[in-house]
Amino acid sequence: MAAQTVAPTTDSTTVDLGPAAALSCRECGHRVPLGPVFACEECFGPLEIAYDFSDYDTEELRKQIEAGPANIWRYAPLLPVPADVATKPNINPGWTKLVKADNLARELGVTGGLYVKDDSGNPTHSFKDRVVAQAVEAARAFGYTTLSCSSTGNLAGAVGAAAARAGFRSCVFIPHDLEQGKVVMAAIYGGELVGIEGNYDDVNRFCSELIGDPAGEGWGFVNVNLRPYYAEGSKTLAYEICEQLGWQLPDQLVIPIASGSQLTKVDKGLQELIKLGLVEDKPYKIFGAQAEGCSPVSVAFKGGHDVVRPQKPNTIAKSLAIGNPADGPYVLDVARRTGGAVEDVTDEQVVDAIKLLARTEGIFAETAGGVTVGVTKKLIENGLIDPAKSLVVLNTGDGLKTLDAVAETGLTATIRPTLESFREAGLAQ
Amino acid sequence: MSVTVRIPTILRTYTGGQAEVTAEGANLGEVIADLEQNHTGIAARVLDDQGKLRRFVNVYVNDDDVRFEQGLETATPDGAGVSIIPAVAGG
Repeated sequence: MAAQTVAPTTDSTTVDLGPAAALSCRECGHRVPLGPVFACEECFGPLEIAYDFSDYDTEELRKQIEAGPANIWRYAPLLPVPADVATKPNINPGWTKLVKADNLARELGVTGGLYVKDDSGNPTHSFKDRVVAQAVEAARAFGYTTLSCSSTGNLAGAVGAAAARAGFRSCVFIPHDLEQGKVVMAAIYGGELVGIEGNYDDVNRFCSELIGDPAGEGWGFVNVNLRPYYAEGSKTLAYEICEQLGWQLPDQLVIPIASGSQLTKVDKGLQELIKLGLVEDKPYKIFGAQAEGCSPVSVAFKGGHDVVRPQKPNTIAKSLAIGNPADGPYVLDVARRTGGAVEDVTDEQVVDAIKLLARTEGIFAETAGGVTVGVTKKLIENGLIDPAKSLVVLNTGDGLKTLDAVAETGLTATIRPTLESFREAGLAQ
Repeated sequence: MSVTVRIPTILRTYTGGQAEVTAEGANLGEVIADLEQNHTGIAARVLDDQGKLRRFVNVYVNDDDVRFEQGLETATPDGAGVSIIPAVAGG
């Protein structure tokens, strides 16, 4: 049987997770029943959800989705959740704005339509709410009462909030030197928040060891033992983008890379929509974005390698600072299969891109959003992104989370409260 | 050289459920070979057909990821702690 962590009431034969049929290894295809398992017992490869969509009628499914709630649960028939998921207490993220970014398009010379999928509009202001909402349902199905995670900050807040709403205890682990804003946003929900003396990879290692120890028994680590379920939440980005485009595939997407999971799951979501007939089957390109100070996947892509060599992260884009990205090899596969690329930008370019997006579209992105916009600009300049074709750029979090990155931005002038002083400052237009 | 090896849940079927075992070897490759002697089948789970570490396995000698060191040639001093961990990540 599959090695698995201890869950109080796990019985995979009776777990209701909708269309989820089994767990399948991405490396060797070995299948195991649904359960709180994340690594293949044969080869250590990551397990992911295999679905049974065989009963679906395309037009019925489209109608059902369009009549669904204005959150990710409108896609419940395509997710590892029970059919009545929308009636359960959860943070109900998603259905965030797809902003037609005409001002940014002009600035970058894009004529084929440029859109920003702005996930700062989620309940805790990052895309992590999507994945955590999935993990909550898996935790409920497997009978866990404590939610936990290793986090670069955004996930900690999302877990804290979801645990509060859904009635779980939470205890999450973060690097001790995270941005203060993220620490506050994670701590405010009342769960336990533990700083680990080390970087994210150290935190992740700690959690992986805790899960195999009696001290971690009965804990649902959203991005470890619940990871196969959790990761599926990123598919909803693909579903929403296509539905918001009128059930059309975009020609090109630029997606940030931390572990690489989001990028690969967006691709999985697009492939599912094609197979289900919900969108026309046509080529699309997926581009990955990293910061130069943590660019293991970009380095591997540009070097023509299949293996991702880990790095010690050193970048202001801390939510992307995963030096040993577990899904890195799959990102390489997706970028190469679709004709995309993986690129990186310096911290200075990240800050410039945050300001560019704010100045042109009124969207204040966190550093990860600066990475995607910065890489988009670079890829257009390099000729790898076609400006005459449609392009969707992901902003995965709110700039209020990473104020330090743009701390030098401030007052234009300080004046006395007089009209004379105002005129002297040259502010009259 | 005697070292302590932390075994992930996924491999404990090979160690009779033990979370920690001892093994001998001057480097990681020798430690894994010694593990195989006492817990048959474990090496094939950690190493691929070419005898290299599988790409979804992370191994630490004390606090050091062996991919930043010398891989299977990484020295395992007497009393060292070796951790075998499935690769997962996601901030």
